[in-house]
Amino acid sequence: MAPSISRRIEEDAPTVTFTFEGQTIEAKKGDSVAAALTAAGVLDLRSSVVSGESRGIFCMMGACFECLMNIDGQPNRQACMTEVSEGLVVLRQQGSREVDL
Amino acid sequence: MTGAAQMAGNIPSADLIVIGGGIHGCATAMYAALRGLSVILLEKETVARHASGVNAGGVRRLGRHYEEVAISQRAMELWYGLQDFVGADCGFNIAPQIRVIETEDELENARQRVKDLNEMGFDHEVILEQNELREYLPAVSDHVLAGLACIEDGFAQPFHTTFAIAQKAKAEGVRIYEQCRATGLKQADGVWSVETSQGAFKAPKVLVAGGAWGNELSSSVGEPVPLEDCAPMMIVTSRLPHFCDAVVSALGRPLSFKQMPNGTVVIGGGRRGRADRNTNLSEILFDELHLTAETAADIFPIMREASIVRTWSGVESILPDGIPVIGPSAKHEGLYYSFGYSTHGFQLGPGCGEVMAELIATGETKYSLDAFAVNRFAA
Amino acid sequence: MSVKTVDLLVIGAGPAGIAAATEAANAGLSVTVMDEQPRPGGQIYRSVETTSAKMDKILGKDFLEGRPLVESFRASSAELMPETLVWNIGSDLTIDYSTAGVAHRMQARKVVAATGALERPMPIPGWTLPGVTTAGALQILMKTSSIVKEDCVLMGAGPLIWLVAVQMIDAGVPPKAIVENLPKGRTFAALPHLPKALRASEYLFKGLGLIRRVKQAGVPIHSNASALAIEGEGAVKAVTFKTGGKSHRIEATSVALHQGVVPNQQITRLVRADHRWDDSQKCFLPVLDNTCQTSAPGVYVAGDGASINGAKCAVLQGTEVALHIAAALGKSVDTGRIQRLKAAIARETSVRPMLETLYAPAQEILEPADGTIVCRCEEVTAGAIRSTVDLGAPGPNQVKSMLRSGMGPCQGRTCGLAVAQIIAARKGETPDVTGYYRIRPPLKPIPLQELASYDPAQEEEPAEDGVAAE
Repeated sequence: MAPSISRRIEEDAPTVTFTFEGQTIEAKKGDSVAAALTAAGVLDLRSSVVSGESRGIFCMMGACFECLMNIDGQPNRQACMTEVSEGLVVLRQQGSREVDL
Repeated sequence: MTGAAQMAGNIPSADLIVIGGGIHGCATAMYAALRGLSVILLEKETVARHASGVNAGGVRRLGRHYEEVAISQRAMELWYGLQDFVGADCGFNIAPQIRVIETEDELENARQRVKDLNEMGFDHEVILEQNELREYLPAVSDHVLAGLACIEDGFAQPFHTTFAIAQKAKAEGVRIYEQCRATGLKQADGVWSVETSQGAFKAPKVLVAGGAWGNELSSSVGEPVPLEDCAPMMIVTSRLPHFCDAVVSALGRPLSFKQMPNGTVVIGGGRRGRADRNTNLSEILFDELHLTAETAADIFPIMREASIVRTWSGVESILPDGIPVIGPSAKHEGLYYSFGYSTHGFQLGPGCGEVMAELIATGETKYSLDAFAVNRFAA
Repeated sequence: MSVKTVDLLVIGAGPAGIAAATEAANAGLSVTVMDEQPRPGGQIYRSVETTSAKMDKILGKDFLEGRPLVESFRASSAELMPETLVWNIGSDLTIDYSTAGVAHRMQARKVVAATGALERPMPIPGWTLPGVTTAGALQILMKTSSIVKEDCVLMGAGPLIWLVAVQMIDAGVPPKAIVENLPKGRTFAALPHLPKALRASEYLFKGLGLIRRVKQAGVPIHSNASALAIEGEGAVKAVTFKTGGKSHRIEATSVALHQGVVPNQQITRLVRADHRWDDSQKCFLPVLDNTCQTSAPGVYVAGDGASINGAKCAVLQGTEVALHIAAALGKSVDTGRIQRLKAAIARETSVRPMLETLYAPAQEILEPADGTIVCRCEEVTAGAIRSTVDLGAPGPNQVKSMLRSGMGPCQGRTCGLAVAQIIAARKGETPDVTGYYRIRPPLKPIPLQELASYDPAQEEEPAEDGVAAE
């Protein structure tokens, strides 16, 4: 259980569940993936392509491209610009991975 | 590298003025300086601003026009030692250049070409059959039949390379003036006076290496060439896992394709955007560029996973026969040309630079430049 | 093959964009607004259509002013295309855009770029650690998701810091501390602008009111801070700074940075409009004529993208630019109204010189230490940039070619201004001379497959019933 890093003021909104790295996450309708992960206590969303260092949300408005994640099989998606939907599959984006030719 | 304004009463002069700060101008200036000439280089914007800074970076002997092959071979020898020579990282890597063959007709033409080259005494190009091709390009699409290849060609970073050559030229005494646009050439008593936006410069010898703007100056001295502007377009993707070590092109359709050491993929091939050489600017036309993306995905299906991070184009110039103008003026003593490289001048840079420096310094070169004569288009 | 044509394409559904669209639609123009978000409001009025009554109270009265604005827009004949990305604008105003994973083309007669502002880059050691965000990000979390970061230190300077702090207090999750990095003497330096600022005194009183509330809430405030840094391994652990020669360390798991906002230049640079360096705002502004048009024919700007003046001004400018465009397209327009709008804008902006002087970025932010990452995407440090300048690279584009700064997916949105300023300082010239990154399409990365499948020549006018022909 991740330490709490944020509080949700409006508990009444309808729930949406999705998975992150295989874990089930409960989000609220209208959350971006980035917001939902923040509420769930997840700080690191990807590793940098240059040094491998961890990166997390930064601007939340689609300008900084820090929140790039693999969402429903597609890499390089901005988590702050993607709304959560039921059953969405979200993975961290790791710098360089092996490809199976 | 900012140029000094003209000193009062003191016109800057040298043995040689090079007009143009692309790879050809910079390389010629460097080699000329190494031969003991004093050299001034005039560049209308900044070194490597145009084609020499933004091209696909292919260091390619493969597929050259037959007239260019000899100089291209010499250029390759220079490339192998270039980084040590200029003392800087040019991003140069030796890598196979492979032209994928998709139809039987293309394969037939490729075999003939290899035969022709062998008869000319060159053996750098070979045919890679189905299985051997896939040892080099495991990710290539199943429909590709074979490849025409030059195994020890390469690629480099165009801006780094041209910039490094300019730095080496400076270290050898070349004076480089940027933001200095040559506007006129006049000869009197064996001395050329070059009028520019920063005043006049004088030298007994002038090289016009002005790229897409070369024929403005050649026309002004009565030697126009039918240079056509174009804006070849490029794509670069986000980083992908490593799947391709070679530089790839296609025999039957426009494509150049290279995965950089950092994993990004640079895709070109010459589909054209909109060029405006008066503003020195060009514009991407996605009507055309989508075909480049489609070709890349056809030949390397893994590219469907890529995302396009940037596109760009640059103002290039093409001559009707697809080969440049290189060599002495046909009309004027002490005037030389090296421009119009028709979207494939980068690899030739060190070779033509060395050849032109030799020609300018000694009056001779062992390479035949007849096919590149400036007056070959005259009626 | 005919492509859909509109009189006016507005890019950005914030206050300037929707004001322009509403006015233009009311003037009888065909108008389309494209925005990447699912709902209008931009950043300042983000999610204003869907916030709950509880959140409304927390976010404050100014936020709610966005609601009637959006309602008027919704009631107008302007078409909203949400979740749509414009990724290229041709010199002839052909528009390449994508929505739902498919690329399309349309033709605009006029374009208003209303994409607002970006946070000024604030490169300090440790700023790339997970847990560090902008102050604006905290607001977006609150507006769209009613999420408030706990254990959070606000660092930097600017009116937004005080607004966010009050909103967090009202949400019951006050910031752990505020570390303000204004050097001593700023208030004194700003005083000469006070008489002019008093013409729009409500801004000053609002600001003072916010500061008072933060103090009353007992939030520790550290003023005149310098040597800002963030500590942590893999996540934020603490912030460190100095005040009055004394070193401080505050443990925190969240840090929000702010050093003002600056116009988002991506579109104006893409269309190659002229820009000028504004030494009061310390940023580039597009050069506009008195009809709000840039030097790129047919491309206009309204709102914070023209100059940082806030939401009220954005609405006035949006309204004004729509009248100019309507006139340019042959509609008859009340020029008296344009004059009144200009006068209202002049009044609203009279507070800016004082705010700009008071909150100008700190010197150590403009000139970060050598080891500080400046380009986050490609991890390029200030020191690397300076060394490359020393080697002879004359400007941001050459530095970009050598170091890859600006080649990442954000295309300079985060680092561009910082890189230009570092180069300018190293060369001893003004940023006007140094220039800025050349901006290329696509404005944001698009999947290669999307471009491969894109055939603009096949675009057709949708059939009457709104369904595209096969």
